Amino acid sequence: MIKVQGLTKRYPRTVAVDNISFEVEKGQIVGFLGPNGAGKTTTMRVLTCFLPPTEGTANVAGFDVLEHPEEVKKRIGYLPETPPLYPEMEVDEYLTFVGQLKGISSKDIKGRVDEVMGRCAIGDVSKKLIAKLSKGYRQRVGLAQAIIHNPDVLILDEPTSGLDPKQIIEIRELLKSLSGEHTIILSTHILSEVEQSCERVIIISQGKLVAIDSVANLTNRLRGQEQVAIEVESADGSPDPGEVQKRLEQVAGVSRVMMKDAKNGRLLFELESLQGRHIRADVARSVVNAGWGLSELRAVGLSLEDIFLQLTAAEKNDQSKKEEGGPQ
Amino acid sequence: MRNVILICNKELKGYFASPIAYAVMALFALIFGYLFSGYTRYFAQVSMQAMMQQQPMNVNEFIIRPMLGFASTIALFLIPMITMRLFAEEKKSGTIELLLTSPVKDIEIIVGKWLGSFLLYGCVLLMSAINVALLFAWGKPDFKPVLIAYLGLLLQGGSLLAIGTLISTMTKNQIIAGGVTFFVCLLLWMLSVATAFDSSTTAQVLNYCSIVTHFESFSKGLLDSKDVVFYVSMIFLALFLTSRSMESLRWRS
Repeated sequence: MIKVQGLTKRYPRTVAVDNISFEVEKGQIVGFLGPNGAGKTTTMRVLTCFLPPTEGTANVAGFDVLEHPEEVKKRIGYLPETPPLYPEMEVDEYLTFVGQLKGISSKDIKGRVDEVMGRCAIGDVSKKLIAKLSKGYRQRVGLAQAIIHNPDVLILDEPTSGLDPKQIIEIRELLKSLSGEHTIILSTHILSEVEQSCERVIIISQGKLVAIDSVANLTNRLRGQEQVAIEVESADGSPDPGEVQKRLEQVAGVSRVMMKDAKNGRLLFELESLQGRHIRADVARSVVNAGWGLSELRAVGLSLEDIFLQLTAAEKNDQSKKEEGGPQ
Repeated sequence: MRNVILICNKELKGYFASPIAYAVMALFALIFGYLFSGYTRYFAQVSMQAMMQQQPMNVNEFIIRPMLGFASTIALFLIPMITMRLFAEEKKSGTIELLLTSPVKDIEIIVGKWLGSFLLYGCVLLMSAINVALLFAWGKPDFKPVLIAYLGLLLQGGSLLAIGTLISTMTKNQIIAGGVTFFVCLLLWMLSVATAFDSSTTAQVLNYCSIVTHFESFSKGLLDSKDVVFYVSMIFLALFLTSRSMESLRWRS
């Protein structure tokens, strides 16, 4: 459904998107993940024909964004980061305008407006001025605007930003109900969002593609590795933090020990295990045998968050290595 | 065409949903009404004396012509208020993304917006028609020159509105768009005095470029094709440049 090849967007001083290629199949719901300023919005703007790419091609529903922008635009629903609303219009008036703009005939428009209002649960504010709506309602009107012409592809830029938890769940449910018939790309910098609602993840950082994979695969990559947080009691500077750290490092299967905090008579550490090793029992035994007070020990789940940080950090390391080796 | 009407409608609704339309119309009605009452009173006085000297006076010549000339000057000041929001507001609020990602051609958006502002300008001129209608009710002015003068006002306004539309695409800030448009309008108006002190070729060319010079024939009730062509080509040029400006917007932003 969406095919992006070697996409690059250069600005006079910066490269916003650097040689990105990916494909999205029909009916999939894909999360576009990256820190702020990674190039998510730029990529989406290229896909929606708002910006032309500097290099490379983008193909949506079989049409190239540069050669047949009209055809692409007909098949795309787009919710930008700030919903594109006219505050002086009433909700139903606004949706009617957008619907007609997207090419819905005046005969069908009323039915479509009613349908999307029902779907996005904004029927109760249909006669309200958009200027008077709360942020949550605005976001939903923005979403209604994106789906009004029943597009093949939905592109949503941070659809849940600024919403409260209940509204986020509602939007998530709505997206799930839309997937299948629509191909959805949504961008976010909130990782749990992707874990919750996407099948595949595209991670970009500093304009470069870092990873494309299914959510399950990505979490699998680091499954088997255990992360443990422990808290050791200390009084009057005993035991010595260095000593504790040393002892923890000696426990079989521990690959890394990080000192997190040391105050109010508590020492906090974070441990990482080698692949496939369970270390909690050994760590506990080791601490207790040394005669220290073990006040807390818990497993820290490896989330997408960690994967994300590891991937983007790895990317940075590679880059600095390349830069060092470059001139020779 | 359907898209042009759609966008034109939206603009008109936008004008009338905000205070802009009413402010512009009220301002125009106030200034025009004040001048009108002054002129008619003066005319009544002078025509009394003229009657004694057996010299009938012409309403067209003494009231309508200078009044509509004034209207064209007032319009110079009102037009920036009308056009400043056209694109600047959409750029600021982000709704431009909606327009540019909808299956609508750039030129349809531009013409729709220009047409919306043009119709509002028409409504503004309609305010003056109330006063002119009073003259027709109590006097016997000539019909044709009035119509031609109004056509001139519309053409002149249309070309200034097109320039304002162009300037509005260049910034996110409505105040800047309005200010620059006002400055350009003023400049185009002032070019007409170029030949006042100087009759060189340069001065004549400058004078020709002035937007007011071409209105003179209309205000005399003459329909000169040369002036019509000037205004119409001005509208086309400005709207064409607007579409170029929008294209560059895509490449730059």
